[in-house]
Amino acid sequence: MLGFKLSYKAYGDRAILVEWPKLIAEDILKDVLNFKEKIKASDLENIAEIRSAYQSLLIIFDAAFSFETEVKSLQNLYKTETKSLELQSTLWRIPVCYDASFGLDLDAISDAKNISKTDLIKRHTQAIYSIYFIGFLPGFLYLGGLDEVLWTPRKATPRMKIAKGAVAIGGNQTGIYPTESPGGWNIIGNSPIDFFNLNNERPCFSKAGDRIQFYAVSLKEYHDIKVLVEANVYQIEKEVGDD
Amino acid sequence: MIKVLKPGLFTTIQDLGRFGFQEFGVPYSGAMDVYAAKMANALLGNSQNDAVLEMTMLGPTLQFNCATLICVSGADMQAKLNNKPIEAYKLVQVKADDVLSFSSVKKGFRAYLAVKGGFQTETVMQSRSMYQSITENHYLSEGDTLPIESYNNQQYNPNAALKVQHDYMGQSEIGVFKGPEFDLLTKAQQERLLSFNFKISKENNRMAYQLNEPLENTLEAIITSPVLPGTVQLTPSGKLIVLMRDCQTTGGYPRVLQLSEASISALSQKYTGQSVRFKLLVYGVRAE
Repeated sequence: MLGFKLSYKAYGDRAILVEWPKLIAEDILKDVLNFKEKIKASDLENIAEIRSAYQSLLIIFDAAFSFETEVKSLQNLYKTETKSLELQSTLWRIPVCYDASFGLDLDAISDAKNISKTDLIKRHTQAIYSIYFIGFLPGFLYLGGLDEVLWTPRKATPRMKIAKGAVAIGGNQTGIYPTESPGGWNIIGNSPIDFFNLNNERPCFSKAGDRIQFYAVSLKEYHDIKVLVEANVYQIEKEVGDD
Repeated sequence: MIKVLKPGLFTTIQDLGRFGFQEFGVPYSGAMDVYAAKMANALLGNSQNDAVLEMTMLGPTLQFNCATLICVSGADMQAKLNNKPIEAYKLVQVKADDVLSFSSVKKGFRAYLAVKGGFQTETVMQSRSMYQSITENHYLSEGDTLPIESYNNQQYNPNAALKVQHDYMGQSEIGVFKGPEFDLLTKAQQERLLSFNFKISKENNRMAYQLNEPLENTLEAIITSPVLPGTVQLTPSGKLIVLMRDCQTTGGYPRVLQLSEASISALSQKYTGQSVRFKLLVYGVRAE
């Protein structure tokens, strides 16, 4: 593979920002994560942390560094053919209750789109979403792959309080609020799963490059799962693949 | 142990921050004025990451139930031990039942209290820095108790004579580097950004400092990308936002400037209505 045309910029005096073309796309996500793993596995020194987003990597150094030297090493590393790193991607099946008591904006969206609530839920649960990265709030997943029919602008006035677990649509994105917070997205349901748990060694079960699919559960099933989640014994359904 | 008799306006426990969890969306947190926090620890012979108390604008009243050595640093909040004034950046011996009190700020905005061995409050994800939804409490309340180790030896400390800088507290010049989107600004925008005296808005806290005067903005939003403490964002309405230690890990506004570490400390000693001017730093030349 030829790779993408990357740009390298100094970000203050302690970090380098690597940018891919200005697009949100699966092949860019894969390349970003691949390069991240390559850097981690390389012998480049003094790297404190590497963070990724849609089409960028931020490489943070823990000591003074020469921008030119480091960029040259990174450019060479990017070009190096390595045994393609197999990125394991897990598909997580996430229960969501689309009951009207949770889905505060279900009616408004189904009216605006002129589709039934059943159709709306079907479209939301049919798609397989890619996790691009985690940001905004601890455990908030940036997901790509929302059905175009469901794209809905953020609310003009954000709500002061959105419940933990709220499943929402904001623009062309869908996501889950991992904790109670203010927010402007349209709420369509609620998931009983913990997306951020301090008691676990890895506070988030998923990572960038994984996939998410939602499935609808009844209010009764929602509460049953919630009890298991709170007892920390619930096993999220998953399929491990290496696409 | 220390008992909180009065919590002050906004008092938190902070070390240097929570590192390695940003990929889960967890902010760094940590002392706003890293210089003052590190200096207080250094004077006590503590390790630089030991947890300290960060006080904002109006300090707390605290009672010790054991002997220890303390050091106060940062803003001047008129610290008194049993009602007698004590000096900042000096080691002070404390006995059981002593009361340490602070009042409103005279100079600067954030003061620090370090104790020998550091505060022993809960560690979450390798840090004691308080942050909402991560630590159980995210600021001190009346009646809280803070575990510390008792310390009786009045040992000689080789760091006790460290030279302390005070100049940065009054400094209005904030050293910055170009941010990733700086070059997309027009020459006129760049010049204004680097010459204008911006006033700090009343929207200033551990997450961000907003500035009052807008900068005409013709840039489009960027695709959400990582941000750092010290990143200056330009919002669609032209508002400039300087991200601070508790900032989110990613953002979608153009990043026009990046403060140096020393500048983040300097800005954190400023408050509503004060002016700052950004001054471009040259890479590789560090003002320590």
